[in-house]
Amino acid sequence: MVTTPRETPAGRGWGGAAAAEHRTEYPVRTEEDLLEARHAVRAATLETGFGLVDQTRVVTAASELVRNAYIHGGGGTLVIERLRRPGGRGVRLTVSDAGPGIANVDAALADGFSTGSGLGHGLGGARRLMHEFRIDCPPGGGTIVCVTRWTSG
Amino acid sequence: MPILRLGDVLVTGLLDELDDRSAMAFVDELTERITREAATGVLIDISRLEIIDSFVARTLSELTTTARLLGARVIVAGMRPPVAITLVELGLKLHGVETALNAEAGMAALGWYRTRSSREGSRGDDAS
Repeated sequence: MVTTPRETPAGRGWGGAAAAEHRTEYPVRTEEDLLEARHAVRAATLETGFGLVDQTRVVTAASELVRNAYIHGGGGTLVIERLRRPGGRGVRLTVSDAGPGIANVDAALADGFSTGSGLGHGLGGARRLMHEFRIDCPPGGGTIVCVTRWTSG
Repeated sequence: MPILRLGDVLVTGLLDELDDRSAMAFVDELTERITREAATGVLIDISRLEIIDSFVARTLSELTTTARLLGARVIVAGMRPPVAITLVELGLKLHGVETALNAEAGMAALGWYRTRSSREGSRGDDAS
């Protein structure tokens, strides 16, 4: 199955005040999707002008979040937005799944918490690698994680 | 990724496109080769890894522990500096995993040394 990123009009991202210049959505359904998502995030960080260390931070955070959605959430979607605000540019990643949600978000953010194949550093680690972090588990189920990193300039 | 044997050392590497299935296949093959060839050392070059997330970190940790139980010492070589910075921020310390700056330093730690004659022999085609 070929999965093509779906482009949608910019600026409709979840959880943001800054203007989105560009928005793409990717499925997170298969192992191949995980790699595809990483490549897309890498491309977005390059486009935004991040240095190599920041690129690595954002791609690593993305890898943790999409893996969580794939393993714990039964798959979902990744939205990549390139943002601009006065004094800087940024990349926002929104990973949502329709899984059971997270019963105890505080516990899930603590290092060492794991119900799957990771080391339990995924969610808390992603939070440390990014400037902004939001997690939402609506009552109806599912998990939405939204993270942003800004350029320093 | 091929696994080469140099004396009692196995030399291999990880590619950036590591997914769960290929990671498990890699661990299986490497442990089988350690046993079959009675390897006492394993060099894993990771200079092509653009990121190490908690999944890859776990794979490296478990592989190191398994190899040690089979009598082989693992050295992970060539981590890119941005990857090292990110790993620390992520909170992953890769406990128990021995590292080396590059493959050559890793091989030296496993008892392989570049001799004077090999150094002279490679002069001219050594880009560095």
